[in-house]
Amino acid sequence: MDLLRQTGSLIRKEFLIEWRQRYALNGILIYVVATVFVVYISFLKVEPATWNLLFWIILLFAAVNAIAKSFVQENAGRMLYYYTLAAPQAIILAKMLYNMILMLVLAATCLLFYSLLVGYPVVNHGLFGLAVALGSIGFSLTFTMIAAIASKANSNATLMAILSFPVIIPMLLMLIRISKASLQESAVADFMDETATLVAIEVIIITLAFLLFPYLWRD
Amino acid sequence: MKRLIHSSWWKLLTIVLVLYTVIAGFLVTVPALPILNETIRNLFFHVPMWFGMTILFCLSMIFSVRYLSKGRTEDDLFSVELANAGILLGCLGLVTGMQWAYFTWGDWWVNDPKLNGAAIALLIYLAYFVLRNAFEDIDKRAKVSAVYNIFAFATLVPLIFILPRLTDSLHPGSGGNPGFDIYDLDNNMRYVFYPAVIGWTLMGLWVMSLRYRYRILRNHLLEQNIMP
Repeated sequence: MDLLRQTGSLIRKEFLIEWRQRYALNGILIYVVATVFVVYISFLKVEPATWNLLFWIILLFAAVNAIAKSFVQENAGRMLYYYTLAAPQAIILAKMLYNMILMLVLAATCLLFYSLLVGYPVVNHGLFGLAVALGSIGFSLTFTMIAAIASKANSNATLMAILSFPVIIPMLLMLIRISKASLQESAVADFMDETATLVAIEVIIITLAFLLFPYLWRD
Repeated sequence: MKRLIHSSWWKLLTIVLVLYTVIAGFLVTVPALPILNETIRNLFFHVPMWFGMTILFCLSMIFSVRYLSKGRTEDDLFSVELANAGILLGCLGLVTGMQWAYFTWGDWWVNDPKLNGAAIALLIYLAYFVLRNAFEDIDKRAKVSAVYNIFAFATLVPLIFILPRLTDSLHPGSGGNPGFDIYDLDNNMRYVFYPAVIGWTLMGLWVMSLRYRYRILRNHLLEQNIMP
């Protein structure tokens, strides 16, 4: 119970910081809109299969950029102060949940602008929504853990990309397969295997973060 | 583990098993199958490399867990050298697979879930070494890379064990292609295949143990300022 209370206040703190600074959120939103616009003026007309791939690539890079700052945006002294107040598990849980909400908002915004400018060839909306939701959650969980690891090294930004891309590929392959099927007539029931695997990976990542983060935060 | 590294019985076993694999692997009668023909013997060299790689990466992860719970430097050394030996076996698996693919599928690299999985697995462990080099402090390096090693292994599991089963593969044994159980009617190949798996894995462990002992000696000399 104590853990949940701590997590709750930490998430509130994250939102408060975001609301006060705002430049991080706005920066990412502008990044997404600018990328979508680049896609629009360079492709003009996009085939459905390419549309699908480009969407995931935009979302992937937006996620890396949005989450890379998770552990470096506040200075070391303030992080130390949090560790005296809350359990490390509460800290990683709060970061993960906050990033999850951030990614879901980001994905929705991205999809909105992307479909306005480039088009929206999706046939099975439920399946596509499922893929986007699972993808946003998976990206945010994985990248939060990787950001925690990369923040311990000095060359954070480069390391973030090197460490996260190989790790995310299995998830990305399954997501692209699901969302590709949603461009045609298809049934959600045909993709229970992929969905179950993705959910299982996400549960494993939360569990691992819960177990491993206490070793990570101490310097 | 430390005592095991200095004992010699399993190294003799490695020599016997690998020699047996090479000799029997080329002499044993194999079923004549279209397309595969004599390249079927690659089963004794290519497939055990992947078995060995997975076993070594798994051991590396176990030693990372041990390092985090006990904090001993040796465990970190074991874990990094096991990953190194795993990468060596992975590269050998890739090379033996590619030249086999050239003769059977007609190309050095094809878009196949197992090939992509193998390439990504190697990328993950190469990233592990990049991460290690980013630290100057030895304890911090050991701790952070142990965390990454455990985390990366967990994401590797669906890549190697689940993803190839969800999709068709060009590999024998999946997607309607004849596999181990179908062509291996007289069990001849099994008698070579299982020793081959054990032999090549032990070979990887031997390489690991040499590198580990080299590291221990090097650390020892560095402490006494004998080596620059």
